[in-house]
Amino acid sequence: MLAFARLREILGFGARELDLPEGATLDALWAGLTRDAAELAPFRASTRFARNGALADGTASLRDGDEIALLPPLGGG
Amino acid sequence: MIGLSAAPLDPDALVRAVRSDAHGAVVTFLGTTRETSPGDPRPVVALEYEAYDSMAIAAMEEIAAETRERFGPLGIAMVHRTGRVNLGEPSVAVVVAAPHRGRAFEACRYAIDALKSRVAVWKREFYRDGETAWIANTPS
Repeated sequence: MLAFARLREILGFGARELDLPEGATLDALWAGLTRDAAELAPFRASTRFARNGALADGTASLRDGDEIALLPPLGGG
Repeated sequence: MIGLSAAPLDPDALVRAVRSDAHGAVVTFLGTTRETSPGDPRPVVALEYEAYDSMAIAAMEEIAAETRERFGPLGIAMVHRTGRVNLGEPSVAVVVAAPHRGRAFEACRYAIDALKSRVAVWKREFYRDGETAWIANTPS
């Protein structure tokens, strides 16, 4: 899993391998992250998920080897 | 030439890369670091950009292809900085070469607007007082 910008700072890492139950959803992944880092919770509404380079809904279920990214609001340009 | 660069941008090199003898117009857009952020009085001394490289480059390539679909055959270069960018330096360059100026201006505008709304890049401002903040884009 990758995290960028403010989300990376809150989590304290930019990249980490995660062990999740087969079929776990992105929403469940987020819930697990907020258990360890409660200050992440308010950022849910502004965060988008990407799975293997494409935007994905929280209900998307994950497979072994997926590259997940947590994307805060963009700031390019 | 589409991509990310940790080194200072070279707009002249991008113009040379996109222009051909079929083109009568080249429009260069440079986004440069500004001293103040809207609604924030603190002077900015530098910016820092972070990218999700693979997703950012894929989106820039998609935008270049879309721009050609909409505006016809064009030369397009699009490069975004990563890392620290000092005040006044360009953080992004979009260069479009087209047969005529109308299409070059329109295509360049389309490409930079799409880049700002879709490319996975994040910006942190460094202020003179030592504070920093992550700044999200607002719709153009």
